[in-house]
Amino acid sequence: MSIQSCVTIINEWDIVAARQLGRNVAKELGFGTVDQARITTAISELARNIYLYAGKGQICIDKLYEDGKAGLRINAADNGPGISDIRQVMEDGFSTSGGLGAGLPGVKRLMDQFEIESSPGNGTQIKATKWLR
Amino acid sequence: MNKLIFEFIEANKLDILEEWIKTTKETADDRVVRVVSDQVFTSTSREFIDLIIANIKGLKEDYNTRLTDFAEKVVRLGWPLTFVTKGLHTFSTIVFHRMEESGIITKDNQLDIILEFDGWVTPITNEIVSIYSITWEKTVSLQKIALQELSAPLIPVFDKITVMPLVGTIDTERAKQIMENLLRGAVKHRSEVVLIDITGVPVVDTMVAHHIIQAADAVRLIGAKCMLCGIRPEIAQTIVSLGIDLNQFTTKNSLQKGIEAALELTNRKIVKVEGSK
Repeated sequence: MSIQSCVTIINEWDIVAARQLGRNVAKELGFGTVDQARITTAISELARNIYLYAGKGQICIDKLYEDGKAGLRINAADNGPGISDIRQVMEDGFSTSGGLGAGLPGVKRLMDQFEIESSPGNGTQIKATKWLR
Repeated sequence: MNKLIFEFIEANKLDILEEWIKTTKETADDRVVRVVSDQVFTSTSREFIDLIIANIKGLKEDYNTRLTDFAEKVVRLGWPLTFVTKGLHTFSTIVFHRMEESGIITKDNQLDIILEFDGWVTPITNEIVSIYSITWEKTVSLQKIALQELSAPLIPVFDKITVMPLVGTIDTERAKQIMENLLRGAVKHRSEVVLIDITGVPVVDTMVAHHIIQAADAVRLIGAKCMLCGIRPEIAQTIVSLGIDLNQFTTKNSLQKGIEAALELTNRKIVKVEGSK
């Protein structure tokens, strides 16, 4: 079972809105402050990627209930240019925009599960899940 | 033609007003009814209708100022724009139906009257929409200025020591200001140590970290030392998970610790004075 709410990312302030949404859902599910910070940071990274590289996209937050566990899933989707070499972007220190290049590998470390689907021309879909324990 | 409509509205003003208030209240969304008391609602509605009538009458002189006043009032009351435009639509529908019922509108003049209606409803709608958007734009730009003012102040706390407390979200615009203020201020105050306090920054992601690192590098170039303080435990953990390298920084968990360290760096310390009382 999952319950979803979404924020469309078009400008820089939408990143803040997505983050706020994530923080509220995390709070509702009973995540502690450290996990809340992890989740909001992960959302911030994913939303900023959408804003920087795709221009437009959506961040959706799911509440998950599976096998008596509760969790939060971030769905980031865009129809941007896509990523040609996923292995490369998951490496620390790789960036095409002159940033730190810690975004995607960082999100993977911040969350429990991480899935990425992308190819040039087909946009990017990322699912990152954090379980409550 | 215009005269026909106008005379009809003038004659039936009270009835129309009553029906308008009734229909609007039924269809209006809760948001409107909740924030406004009955009395205000009725009086504002009356003003609205009066305004429409004044427009038909062609009292052009003070019409524009009245419309502006009205729009500003509605904005202040927090009525949504759709409510006002819908209200205008409701008004014309009521008048039209009533005129149809009383036989003023016949099959022959129907089209003319519709055109005539459209001719005065559309300009009012346009005017209201434009005043609304102007009011909003004004609010937004004022808030932007207000935000800029509290954006990135640099405070000299001791000789050679300056503090920049950061509060709230850091976006590209602010990051630029932080850099500028930091460098200009550090030179102006002849700072040797600059403390950046991030206690009030809710999220430190790679972009924020990147900007802070760049700022610190620039500060180092002008011969000062940059110290990062106010790192909350949860922020420390996320920074580690993200794999951001802050090794070149001296970091402290509170501003107090930071200032103590900065004093030490400049060969000073705070001592208690005894026997002053």
